[in-house]
Amino acid sequence: MKVIIIDDEPLARSIVKEYLQNHPELELVQECNDGLEGLKAIQELKPDLIFLDIQMPKINGFEMLELLDQPPAVIFTTAFDEYAIKAFEAHAIDYLLKPFNKERFDKAIEKCLSSPVNRPGLIQSNNSKEKQTQDLLETASHSPAQSQRIVVKNGSKIKIIPVQDIFYLEAADDYVKIHTKEGYFLKNKTMNHFEQVLDAQHFVRSHRSYIINIQQITRIDPYEKDNHVAILRAGNKVPVSRSGYTRLKQVLGL
Amino acid sequence: MSRSPLSVNRFRIIFISIWVGLAFDITVILKWYGLGWGWPVAIIDSLISCVILFILCLPLMITLRYYTPQQKNYSAIFIWCVFITGVWLALIDWLLTLALGNYDGYIAFMHHSRIIRGSIGFLLTGCVALAFVIWYNLEEQKEIEKRKQDSDRLAKEAELFKLRQQMQPHFLFNSLNSINALIGIRPEEARKMVQQLSDFLRGTLKKEETQWVSLQEELQYLQLYLDIEKVRFGNRLSTQIESDATTNEMKLPALLMQPIVENAIKFGLYDTTGEIMISLQAKTDGSDLVMQVKNPFDPETSSSSQGTGFGLKSVQRRLYLLFGRNDLLRTESKDNIFTTEVKIPQMPVPGILN
Repeated sequence: MKVIIIDDEPLARSIVKEYLQNHPELELVQECNDGLEGLKAIQELKPDLIFLDIQMPKINGFEMLELLDQPPAVIFTTAFDEYAIKAFEAHAIDYLLKPFNKERFDKAIEKCLSSPVNRPGLIQSNNSKEKQTQDLLETASHSPAQSQRIVVKNGSKIKIIPVQDIFYLEAADDYVKIHTKEGYFLKNKTMNHFEQVLDAQHFVRSHRSYIINIQQITRIDPYEKDNHVAILRAGNKVPVSRSGYTRLKQVLGL
Repeated sequence: MSRSPLSVNRFRIIFISIWVGLAFDITVILKWYGLGWGWPVAIIDSLISCVILFILCLPLMITLRYYTPQQKNYSAIFIWCVFITGVWLALIDWLLTLALGNYDGYIAFMHHSRIIRGSIGFLLTGCVALAFVIWYNLEEQKEIEKRKQDSDRLAKEAELFKLRQQMQPHFLFNSLNSINALIGIRPEEARKMVQQLSDFLRGTLKKEETQWVSLQEELQYLQLYLDIEKVRFGNRLSTQIESDATTNEMKLPALLMQPIVENAIKFGLYDTTGEIMISLQAKTDGSDLVMQVKNPFDPETSSSSQGTGFGLKSVQRRLYLLFGRNDLLRTESKDNIFTTEVKIPQMPVPGILN
C-alpha cells in the first residue's frame, strides 16, 4: 500500500514515519508540506492511504480533500479540539489526536487494513469509499472555520474565494455556480450544503436555485406577480421567490 | 453593619462638646434669669437635666444603628422623641424635687418652666435623632458605592483573566507532539524542549493580569515561545528581537504582547510556506514604550480584512480596560508584511487597575 504524509511540521511527519517502520506492508512514497503539495502528490502517485493534518498553509486538509475526485483513505492527524473531531468522528477511517502513541497509531492502521474498502486483493468498491469520504466532508465542513472561504478548481488551477467576494450562488444540475467579479466557478456541491456552511446573516436563499450575498444587493424590485428580483451592485439580477422575499426582509430587518 | 458615629473620634468629641456646652448654657441661663439661688442650684439643675436626657437618648441612638427608618416611617422617630421627652420630664420632675425641693420657690419655678424644658428636650432629642439618621444613611450610601466599585473591579478582573486564557490549545498539543517525535530521534533536544515548554507554561500561570513587568522579562518569555515554534517548524522560522538598555527597563502589563506575537505566528508561520522572519522591535515615543511586531503573510490565503483576528481584538479590549484608550493599537499591511504596533503609556493612570 502506498502512503503519503501531509503535514506542515517536520517533526509531526517524522513521528508518523517512525511509527510506519513497523508496518513493512505500507510504503511511504512522499511527504508533503501543505495542502497544495499534497493535492499534486495524490494526483500523481495515487496513494492508497494518506495521513492528513488539518491546519496547513495554502489550503487546509478538508479543502484539499474536496478538490479530489477520488480521494484515498484518510487518517487525520491533528491537534484540533474535540468539537471539530466529533463532527467527522463517525466517518473518517480514523483520526489521531496529537500527540498519539504507537499503540494508537497501530490501531488506526489495523482499522484501515481491515476495512473492506482498503483490503488489498479485494476489488475496491470505489463507490462506497467515495461515499465514506463524502459523508466525512459533509459533516467536517460544518465546522465554522470552513465557511470563511471556498476552494475551487479552475482548470488545473486552484482558486481560493473569500466568501465576502461571492456575489451569489446558482444551482446548475449537480453543481453550484459561484458567481464573483471574476466570473463564475463550479463546485460539486448542493445548494443545501452552501446554505448550511455560509453565514446566514450574510447569505440568504432567495430562491430554490439561488443564494445571495446580501451585502451585494443594491435594491429589490417587484417582478411579475408575487415575485421580486434583486439587483446587485455589479448589475446582476437574481430571482427572488415569495418565501425568499420573506427571508430577505427578515435578515435585512425590513 | 455601619459604624456608629460615636466610634469616630472626631464625632465623639463634637458630640460630647455639644452636650457639655448645652449643660453650661443651661447653667448660665439659670444663674442669670433664675430666681437668684446662686451657682449650685444652676449647676445641679443643669447637670441632672442634661445627664438624664443623654441617658434617655442612648437607646434611640443604638436603635437607629440597627434600624434605619424608611422615608414614610419618620413618624416613628417623631413618636420616639415625644415619648423620650415625656419620660425625661417626669424623671427630672422627680429628681429635681428630691435634690432642690428645699430651695424657696424652686418647685413653682420648675413647674412653671416645664413647657420650655419640654420644648428644649424635644428639640434636642429630635436633633440627635436627625443627626444619627443622616449619618447612617450616608454610611449606607458609601457602602453601596463601595460594593458597586468592588463588583465593577471584579468584573473587570474576570474579563481580563478570560481574555488571557484564550491562548491557543493547538500550540500546546502540537508542541507535545513535537516532543514525542524528538524523543525517538534526538532525545537531548526533546529534553530541552520539555524545559522550554515548562518555563513558558509556568510564565503564563504565575503572572497576574494587573502585574506589570519589565520589557526585558516579557521579551525573555516571548523568546521561549518563539524558540518552541522554531523547534516545531525547523529552519523555516527566524526571529529578530531589538531592544536597548532604555526600553529593556520600561514596563508593560504582563502577557500583553503574547497574543500579538501569537497572531504574527499564525499568519506569518502557520499560513505560509518557506523561510520567514518575524521581528519584534522596541522603541520609545516620548515617555511611552512602543512595540512593533512584523510578520509576512500569504496574500493568496489571508485577505487583508482578516488581518485583525481574534488575538488582536482581545489586545484592543485589554488595552481599553487598562488605559481607557482605544488608540494604542495600530496595524498596517504593506508589501506582504503585516505590522502590529502597540503603544504602552508608562504613567500609571489614576482610577484604572493598578
